Amino acid sequence: MSELGTIGFGLFIILAAVGGAATLTWFERRLLGIWQDRYGPNRLGPFGVGQVASDMIKLLTKHDWVPPFSDRVVFVFAPTAIVVAMMLGFAVVPFGPDLYVIDLNIGLLFFLGMTSLAVYSVLLAALASNNKYALLGGLRSAAQMVSYEVFMGLSLMGVVMLTGSFSMRAIVEAQTDLWNFIPQFLGLFTFLIAGIAESHRLPFDLPEAEHELTAGFHTEYSGMKFAMFMLGEYLGLILISCMIVALFFGGWLGPWLPPIVWFCLKTFIVICFFILLRAAIPRPRYDQLMTLGWKYMLPLTLFNLLVTGAVALTLKGG
Amino acid sequence: MMETLFYLAAVIALSATILALTRANAAHALIYLILSLLAVAVLFFLMGAPFAAALEILIYAGAIMVLFVFVIMMLNLGKSGEELERSGLHARNWIIPGIMATLLFVELMYAVEQTSSLTSGTAVSPKEVGLELFGPYVLAVELASMLLLAGLVGAYHLGRRFIVRSGSDD
Repeated sequence: MSELGTIGFGLFIILAAVGGAATLTWFERRLLGIWQDRYGPNRLGPFGVGQVASDMIKLLTKHDWVPPFSDRVVFVFAPTAIVVAMMLGFAVVPFGPDLYVIDLNIGLLFFLGMTSLAVYSVLLAALASNNKYALLGGLRSAAQMVSYEVFMGLSLMGVVMLTGSFSMRAIVEAQTDLWNFIPQFLGLFTFLIAGIAESHRLPFDLPEAEHELTAGFHTEYSGMKFAMFMLGEYLGLILISCMIVALFFGGWLGPWLPPIVWFCLKTFIVICFFILLRAAIPRPRYDQLMTLGWKYMLPLTLFNLLVTGAVALTLKGG
Repeated sequence: MMETLFYLAAVIALSATILALTRANAAHALIYLILSLLAVAVLFFLMGAPFAAALEILIYAGAIMVLFVFVIMMLNLGKSGEELERSGLHARNWIIPGIMATLLFVELMYAVEQTSSLTSGTAVSPKEVGLELFGPYVLAVELASMLLLAGLVGAYHLGRRFIVRSGSDD
C-alpha cells in the first residue's frame, strides 16, 4: 500500500473500531438478554438498534463534572490513555493479506506493549480521583493487570515458537495447513482468560465491582469521560478478539469467501463467545482471581511453553 | 525525516526526565518518567533496535512503572508528602549531584566522539537478538536469571504469612 493509502486505511480502521465498539454496547445487551431469557433494549428502531444513538446523545449531554478534590490534569488525561493505547494496538492487526496498517517484525510485542500501557488509564484515573473506592479499584486493577500480563505474554510464545517470528502476518501465513488452536489449545485457553482480565470485563471486572466498590476506578467519572472508559473497554474487547483470530484461528484464511470477510466473521464469533462468558460466569473473589492467575495459569503456560519447545525442536531435528 | 524524529524524541525524553526529577507530586513525576521511557523506546526503534524498543515499553513502561504507581497508591501521599518533597528540592541539594552528573556527561561526550557512528545503520531483528543472547552472552543471561530467582525467593520469604498456630485459647 502507498503511504497515503496506509494513512487512509488507518483512519478507516479507527472509525470502524469506534463504530463497532458503539454498536457492541447495544449488541452485547441484546445478546445477554437472549441468553438470560429476557429482551434487552428492543424499543428504539429495528431490534432496538437506535439505543446506540440515544445512549450517545445521553452521554454527550450529561454534565461533565471534574471533582474539585481531584488532580485535575491527570483526571482529564486518564480516560484518553486507554483509548489511544487500544487504537494503536489495531495498527498491527492483519485484516487481510495486504490489509494492515503496519507489518512490524515485533508486531506481537507491540500489541502486548500497548495493552500493558492501557493499564495506566485505570491506575491514573483511580489515583487522580482521590476517592477511596476508586483507589481500591485501582489497586486491584494494578495487581490484576501485572499478574495476568505475565502469562498473557508467555501464552503467546508457543505461537511464536511454531512460527519463528513476531510478525503478525507471518503468524497468520504459517497457519495455512493447521490453525494454531489445535497445537496451541493450552495457549489459546490461557490467552483467552488473560485477555478478559486485561480488558477487565466481567467475570474479571474486579476493579469496578459494583457490589463492593460502587463503580471502582471510574466512580467519579461521568459524561464523556466515562464514555471514553467504556469505549476503551469495548475497543479492548474487539482488539483481543482480532488477536485471538489472527493468532489461533488462522486470521483471514478460509475457503470461498474473501479474506476480510473471513476475518470479520471469525472476530464476530469470538466477540459473541466473550459475551457468552460474561453471561455465564459469576465474578470470582479477589483472592480467587489471584490464585487462579499465579497458581494455575502461570504453571500451565510454562508447561505449554516447555512442551511446544520440545515438539518444535524434535520436528526440526527429525 | 528519521533524524528529525530522533531529535524530537530525544528532546521529549530529556525534558520529561528533568520534569520527572523536579516534580513535587510523586504521581506527576511518575507520569513524566513513563513519558521519558516511551520516548527512549522511540529512540531505540529509530536507531534500528525494534526488539529493545518493544521490551522497553513492555517491561519498563508497562510493568515496572505500574508497580511504582501501585506503591504510590499504597502510601497515600497527600499534601504533606508534597511539602516534604519540595523541601528536598533546594538549590544547594543540587550542587554535588550536579557536578557528578556533569563529569559523567563530559566523559560520555568524549566517548561518543571517539566512536565514529553509534548505529550500524541496519535494523536488528528479534531473532538476531535472541541468537546473540543465547550464544555469546549466555553466561550473562544465566547469571541474570539466577539473580532474579534469588529476588523471587527473597520476596516470597518476606511476603509469606506467618501462621500462628494458636493453642486452646483463642
